[in-house]
Amino acid sequence: MAELCAVIGVGQTKHAAIRGDVSIPGLLREAAFRALEDAGITFADIDAVILGTAPDQFEGIMMPELFLADALGAVGKPILRVHTAGSVGGSTANVAASYIESGLYDRVLTLAFEKQSESNAMWALSPKYPFQPPITSGAGGYFAPLIRAYMRASGAPDHIGCKVAYKDRVHALKNPYAHLHIEDISIEKVKASPMLWEPVRYLESCPSSDGCAALVLAREEVADRHSGPKAWVWATEMRSEPMQFAGRNQVLPQAGSDCAKSLYKKAGITNPQAEIDVAEIYVPFSWFEPMWLENLHLCEPGEGWKLTDNDETTFGGRLPVNPSGGVLSTNPIGASGMIRYAEGALQVRGMAGDRQVDGAKVALGHAYGGGSQFFSMWIVGSDKPS
Amino acid sequence: MRDIAVIASAQIPSERRSDLSEIEMVQKVVTGAIEKSGIDRRAFDFWCSGSADMLCGRPFSFVSALDAIGAWPPIRESHVEMDGAWALYEAWLKLQSDPGLHCAIVYCFGQSSLGPVPDILATQLDPYYETPLWPDSISVAAIQARALLDGGRYTERDFAEVAVENRRRGKSNPNAQLTGDFSIEEAMSGPYISSPLRKHYCPPLSDGACAIVIASREKVDELGFAAPAWIRGFDHRVEAQSLGVRDLTSSASTQLAGRRAGARGDSLDVAELHAPFAHQELILREALELGGSVSVNPSGGALAANPIMVAGLLRICEAAGAIHRGEAKRALGHATSGPALQQNLVCVMEAN
Amino acid sequence: MSEDAQGPITMIRTPVDLEYNISAGPDLTLFLRGLKEEKKLYGRRSPNGDVYIPPRGACPVTGQPMLEEVEVSDHGTVTTFCLINIPIEGQELKPPYVFAAIILDGASLPLFHMIAGIAADEARMGMRVKANWKPDDELVLSLESINYFEPSGEPDADYDSYKEHL
Repeated sequence: MAELCAVIGVGQTKHAAIRGDVSIPGLLREAAFRALEDAGITFADIDAVILGTAPDQFEGIMMPELFLADALGAVGKPILRVHTAGSVGGSTANVAASYIESGLYDRVLTLAFEKQSESNAMWALSPKYPFQPPITSGAGGYFAPLIRAYMRASGAPDHIGCKVAYKDRVHALKNPYAHLHIEDISIEKVKASPMLWEPVRYLESCPSSDGCAALVLAREEVADRHSGPKAWVWATEMRSEPMQFAGRNQVLPQAGSDCAKSLYKKAGITNPQAEIDVAEIYVPFSWFEPMWLENLHLCEPGEGWKLTDNDETTFGGRLPVNPSGGVLSTNPIGASGMIRYAEGALQVRGMAGDRQVDGAKVALGHAYGGGSQFFSMWIVGSDKPS
Repeated sequence: MRDIAVIASAQIPSERRSDLSEIEMVQKVVTGAIEKSGIDRRAFDFWCSGSADMLCGRPFSFVSALDAIGAWPPIRESHVEMDGAWALYEAWLKLQSDPGLHCAIVYCFGQSSLGPVPDILATQLDPYYETPLWPDSISVAAIQARALLDGGRYTERDFAEVAVENRRRGKSNPNAQLTGDFSIEEAMSGPYISSPLRKHYCPPLSDGACAIVIASREKVDELGFAAPAWIRGFDHRVEAQSLGVRDLTSSASTQLAGRRAGARGDSLDVAELHAPFAHQELILREALELGGSVSVNPSGGALAANPIMVAGLLRICEAAGAIHRGEAKRALGHATSGPALQQNLVCVMEAN
Repeated sequence: MSEDAQGPITMIRTPVDLEYNISAGPDLTLFLRGLKEEKKLYGRRSPNGDVYIPPRGACPVTGQPMLEEVEVSDHGTVTTFCLINIPIEGQELKPPYVFAAIILDGASLPLFHMIAGIAADEARMGMRVKANWKPDDELVLSLESINYFEPSGEPDADYDSYKEHL
């Protein structure tokens, strides 16, 4: 890196199914002001704005960064719009980090949002094309068969999915920003919830949310002058592969594995299982927790489900995963990746409130998208990278 | 700032309606640019693309485009929902940020033949106040043209001269679509599309794609590339969108981006300006303070071929091409996005 | 009008209605014509020998143009599937129904379609299925020419024979 980058401000909205009290600009400004306040600066101090959101069909607005430019304080500044499918929240932060790392910008504001109540994601994701069968299945219909394939290959017992769902929903009760707060959650309640896309149950699936996340990133010299705690960006990485080709492993894609290996190498991490204290991983359907633990080399191959089963992925375990409640509890699609990154940054800054993992010094943020084919990740630490 | 150069580009001829799918268009330009660069497909450190889902009516259109580029083993890749010129900016910044990265390829694609473009572009406007009224993109540009005429510094004849000049120059560009020798009188007596914009002052609807390769000094030396176009300045700026809050007769964001990129309008040999409507070239010339000796749009510009999401990067390809061919020492490529020149990008390149 | 009297406006409807054409390109054209005019499934061979169906505009692995056309069978093996129990806007079938990845005989990667002709809970990995075509006069330029896939009566395929296609 030409320059070190640090997170000096984090903001997010109160996520909810319908944020009818705010417009789209209002939603973004809620997160932006919280991030700016955390950083102790204003829009005037920002040199560039990087915005991410999922397909424009969701809200029916083409390139919404254009009409949002003034609401985001971007007039007279560069604004860039990233779109990398579901991984977009992560890759948007990666792009913003490269603005800082280039040495050409001092402070960058990056945001990712989705206002699903002003859109119809199921419709946007399942249009009718002549080369696809006349089936509208939604995202669950795409991923459920992959989950079945993982269950078969790993021999994981059926209850793992319910266990992940229960754990993340309990975690969400500690997170005031989370969309879903199910106070009476229990394993039995998860098991009894309707099968939507067998083997995926209703309570094993992510909700549709309105929400936005924002980060203020700064160059080393600027961050050093900042009084509050910082999350230093040790490394960012991205990988993509085609959606379908002969012999592709769609369950545990090589792009995810390559991305993690390269990320750890850049961050100077030789033993990720020992050196990472907390992970915020993109888990839209419960079974993806064990799948991604394997793909991310955070356990031995075939053993992801055992970490979950042995309570190693909750508070007090070997690697707390999604202490925020994760995507299962909050899913403004375009923002979900950046929320992972933001929660990781809060953890290493010691600012995660009731969901703080004791002594967290190194955090992984992870996002994926498309047909499990786009991956974005970063590692942030309490200290500067060595 | 690290020395990064444009070393190769490829495009397909713009057409009113291409028989190719987006994947097939991307396959051609990416393979073309890779072959010209002499770099192995697997050796690219970064890939970045630009396109717009609303243009083709399909979410995630860039996902299927990934089939066209041979993304296996997995590649380091990103996408902007913007003209390819901004994808180039992201790639250039990526190389600036990491000295371990040495070359990147950028591509973009857009087909205006698939949907009703002037209406699709209405969805770029404020979704609460403006889009529900469906102001089409030509009428929005016409409001700007009217403001320019009412300002008194230009007349309709100036619009006609720009249109006629670009289409004449486009005759020597094999990738251009709408070219020829038209007379000023012909242009000024054509039908109105949206007054005061007559047919000749508006761009054609085009399908197209292009790709461009950039490389670090180390890579350029390793390849022994003879005529790199070194990127000396690169900047982009945005303005507020609403037509009522900015001066439509000037382009503050172009002026700012040009200054920050060190454009120095009198020192350029070539300037490729992304002005889809004739009157916009007049605004851009002023904003960049172009001197009389600058050759503007030798390619014919966006009035000769205007594939949306591509036409901006095409300007940079054409400006770099002038340096590669030894026709220019210092060249500028400009790209615009949004209604009435809302967002602008300037890339300044120099020969060895 | 006082806001207090009626409460704030929290939602307005602003419909977007845009109509698009699809630019099929030569490869998709081959596939669609096969469905409508011949009741056949055409794919293309990639430079490294794999058969892609539907055919792609380029080989996803190499980025090179595809090679000759290849007809694949309308019989195949279910590699994996899910049971859809959720109503979704635009859906044409009534839940529950089975959405499956089917590796057609002669193809190198699965095609997605639905399975009928069995009780939903009888769907399984490795099941052998065949296409149920629409009558000749109802064939269209779309995968809708195949109503669904149904059991072919052949014995189930071994897991090892399709596990590389998951």
